[in-house]
Amino acid sequence: MRRTIRIIDSIDYITVGLYFLLVILGWLNIYSAVYNDEHANILDVSQRYGKQLIWIAASVVIIILILLIDSSFFPVFSYAIYGFSILLLFAVLLFGQEVNGARSWFQIGELKIQPAEFTKFATNLAVAQFISSYNFKLLTLKNLAIVGVILLFPAALILLQNDTGSALVYFSFILVLYREGLPTSALVIILFAVIVFIITLMSNVLVASVLILTISMLSFLFYRRKINEFLKATLLIIGLVLVFWGVAYLLKMNLKIEYYLFLSILISAIVFFIFAFKNKLNYIYVLGMVVLFGIMYSYSVNYIFTEVLETHQRDRINNLLGIEFDPLGAGYNVNQSKIAIGSGGFIGKGFLQGTQTKFDFVPEQSTDFIFCTVGEEWGFIGSSFVLIIFALLLIRLIYIAERQRTKYSRIYAYGVISILLFHIVINVGMTIGLAPVIGIPLPFFSYGGSSLWAFTILLFILVKLDANRLELLR
Amino acid sequence: MVNNYDDRKIVIGAIIVLIIAVFIIKLFTLQVLSNKYSNSSNSNSQRHVTEYPARGLIYDRNGKLLVFNEAAYDLQFIPKQSESFDTTELCKILDIKKEILIEEINKAKKYSYYKPSIIVKQISNVTYAQLQEKLYKYTGFYIQARTIRMYPEKTSAHVLGYIGEVNQKKTDEDKYYTSGDYIGISGIEKSYEKELRGVKGKKIYLVDVHSRIQGLYMNGKYDTLAIPGQNLITTLDAEIQAYGELLMQNKIGSIVAIEPKTGEILAYISSPTYDPNMLVGRKRSKNYSILSQDSLKPLFNRAIAAKYPPGSIFKLVQSLIALQLGVITPETGFPCNKSLVGCHDHPDAGCIRDAVKMSCNPYFYQVFRRIIQQGKNRSVFRDARIGLDIWQKLAVSFGLGKKLDIDLDGIKAGQIPSVKFYDKWYGKNRWAFSTIYSNSIGQGEVEVVPMQMANLAATIANKGYYFTPHIVKGVGDNKKPIQKYLKKHQTLIEKKWYDEIIPGMYDVVNSPGGTAHQAKIDSIKVCGKTGTAQNPHGEDHSVFIAFAPMDNPQIAIAVYVENSGFGGTWAAPIASLIIEKYLTRTIVNKEKEKRILEADFIHKKYETNN
Repeated sequence: MRRTIRIIDSIDYITVGLYFLLVILGWLNIYSAVYNDEHANILDVSQRYGKQLIWIAASVVIIILILLIDSSFFPVFSYAIYGFSILLLFAVLLFGQEVNGARSWFQIGELKIQPAEFTKFATNLAVAQFISSYNFKLLTLKNLAIVGVILLFPAALILLQNDTGSALVYFSFILVLYREGLPTSALVIILFAVIVFIITLMSNVLVASVLILTISMLSFLFYRRKINEFLKATLLIIGLVLVFWGVAYLLKMNLKIEYYLFLSILISAIVFFIFAFKNKLNYIYVLGMVVLFGIMYSYSVNYIFTEVLETHQRDRINNLLGIEFDPLGAGYNVNQSKIAIGSGGFIGKGFLQGTQTKFDFVPEQSTDFIFCTVGEEWGFIGSSFVLIIFALLLIRLIYIAERQRTKYSRIYAYGVISILLFHIVINVGMTIGLAPVIGIPLPFFSYGGSSLWAFTILLFILVKLDANRLELLR
Repeated sequence: MVNNYDDRKIVIGAIIVLIIAVFIIKLFTLQVLSNKYSNSSNSNSQRHVTEYPARGLIYDRNGKLLVFNEAAYDLQFIPKQSESFDTTELCKILDIKKEILIEEINKAKKYSYYKPSIIVKQISNVTYAQLQEKLYKYTGFYIQARTIRMYPEKTSAHVLGYIGEVNQKKTDEDKYYTSGDYIGISGIEKSYEKELRGVKGKKIYLVDVHSRIQGLYMNGKYDTLAIPGQNLITTLDAEIQAYGELLMQNKIGSIVAIEPKTGEILAYISSPTYDPNMLVGRKRSKNYSILSQDSLKPLFNRAIAAKYPPGSIFKLVQSLIALQLGVITPETGFPCNKSLVGCHDHPDAGCIRDAVKMSCNPYFYQVFRRIIQQGKNRSVFRDARIGLDIWQKLAVSFGLGKKLDIDLDGIKAGQIPSVKFYDKWYGKNRWAFSTIYSNSIGQGEVEVVPMQMANLAATIANKGYYFTPHIVKGVGDNKKPIQKYLKKHQTLIEKKWYDEIIPGMYDVVNSPGGTAHQAKIDSIKVCGKTGTAQNPHGEDHSVFIAFAPMDNPQIAIAVYVENSGFGGTWAAPIASLIIEKYLTRTIVNKEKEKRILEADFIHKKYETNN
């Protein structure tokens, strides 16, 4: 059964309102970031703020077009749109404009188009279509693998363009999968992997190994809930540490404490393994695997980091973890960005009054580092206001997602949430030193036609699906 | 649609709220709690100023200054900081046209509003003084102190080389350089760039909104001092160098003089040359194009890059190889049979000493034939392959046919033809001694650069070894020598065979019937060998190598004068004048000197051509 409802009545105006608020705030901040006296007119199209206004106007046209299209268009053409976007990614690798060693742009006259931006919503459509297909079960190896391929294929092509940031976005779909039934343990494992990753890079493989062994031992003892076993284990480890330390002292070997710990815990772990094996405790096998894979993982992280990554990538990650303090090298951008934001104080310096962002101390200030301008000129009040607007938008989108009547629309909605969240976390996190410096735009805010249009399409497909939700009663 | 995971919306919502909360807390600490950032809100704009180190100075072997630095100033401009100003007055101070200033300013704006661009390069001291007083009126303009190279002796252009602005390729490759930096482009300025350049320093100033300097960023915590470049002590003798350049005026060719005991290059002349001061500062690009379009190619570094047939001086190498191989003895004689190869009129040479003295072509034809055709194979073709292979190995041990590891860019290897070379040219077993006999007298496929000829003279003076010729004796204040130039290179010829040919070289200069009596100096025993290299394009090249004094050689020299005639006529007297000047610091035979100074092969050649 199908009811016809006037589109104008059923649009979610809260979402639309938040969207326009963010776009306008973004535009004003771009004006401030690249402002110069000679081109003071905000409508001057030779400058970025003038151009951004053109992109905004074009976005309005795009919005109207999306709202006029029949809502069944998107599910029907999901795969086609995905396929087309993949073709564009191939094409840009072959025929794209090369800028700073990356081939990620098509140049058509004055207009520069970045296909990677548009692949995001295309992939989201394909994922939604696949998972919502009839009688679909997510938790089979085959289906998970297909979802993986749908996500990682564009990611790999984008990685080939040297655009690491845009490639990493696809990992955010883990949130969609979680909503659709991926076990909580998967999220926990990912968290564990991230922690081991950070520990490995911040100190070394040995410390990470000690950590992995300790966690598994503790969880085993916690699982057994027997206090005397816990005491025995603790005594065993402490005893072993003392023995090794004594031996090393007598042999006049000067080793780091991690080595004693590692050896002691390893031996205790073996003792416990034998104990568990004799008592037929199956849980120990899982733990053994965790330990083995954890340590292997730690080693490979270390290897990839020192042997595979290029210097600038390594520098950026190092810098995030505070390993190398190098204010004029790789950490310089973040330091400058923090100075700019910090100098804003509580209420900010006022519109167009920022000095940090004016003198080119912050790089890429109208694109990736636009949040610096917000922080400097509008202070704590302004920057938290912007973050709260983003949070409100995301919460509103969860609300919208949950009121959808089709699985397709709900999955698409969570895809929108994941993509936006990832961009906000990385972009804002980078400017305040909480995330690595990965060049991805702040949605609706950063300068650039491609990214604005892509985010607009991404969001308004959802608005359209939502507006028509009542037409479809299944 | 419902499934069992509906409560997960709460988890996702919580994640979002948590992240935004963490960000807001972080913002609060950055913007409100921490005064590290917010206190300096009015004065933490930074200006990065690069401190350029002074480039190292260059001295000759006796401590005479060859290259020094003079201050020069670049006027820089940052468009973003500029306010309207009196262009007429600024143009008057700078002595440039208003249109040029406006054009440069527009160029700067096009490049970047925030980064400094150079408006006027290398302002003189006087203009700088005037400008400095008025600079406060011109916001956005800065002066960057730089240095330019000056050459008080006006000589040694090919050795010293020149510096210029670094190109894009280099700045991409090497992070040390940024656009506008200077870098050694040729000569020892290039080979010792790392030692000469020093290390750039950096100062970060805090400036207020009117771009007035408020102090150093973080009290200079991140500033670095510029470390001046290291000085170089060269092996050149400035007096001999200047004298050599004078002697070579109006001649095309080279002089290379080496101290045999060390391999140090005492004089290095590539003629025609130019005043190195021409390639400095604002006039550099204009003069460079004049020099590079000159038909005599003054920029061409003949002493190491011009490949010539060695001519008769190569007979010394042939003699030594033949003696070492035992295919002749010092007493071997051959008649001067002009049907084999042309020769001048002289008595038959009855021993190697006389053969060297008279430079008998048929004699060395026979010598080379014995080297190549040793009768080790019945086929003359295969026999030649065996002989040439042995010959080539011995010849290469003189530093011929390979690039000498000198500290100058662009040295050529020359050529000692190998079996492979002739196989490629003629085909395997399709060449024999009769095909390649021209090499016996230093014609044919043998090619050397003047540096190798001088090195040959030094090797003979040392009776069997050489040190790689080099220009730099020591680096820095403690005059650290360069390790690779302390290594002795031994030839594959025994010392006793040198003793057999050196008397012949003595006779060349000192005995009646020798080919280079013009090189005779009464007070010094000079040993030498002339060469007259045939040249299909014009008159023969005049060649001479020598060393002196005979018993304790202090100097070995090679002189090559293009298109001038016999070796004994021009190259030999030039060499003797250099030797005399170096060893005694005076010239006794003023007539000889006058004749050389007046000789002009460049303009004579033009006359005949026209």
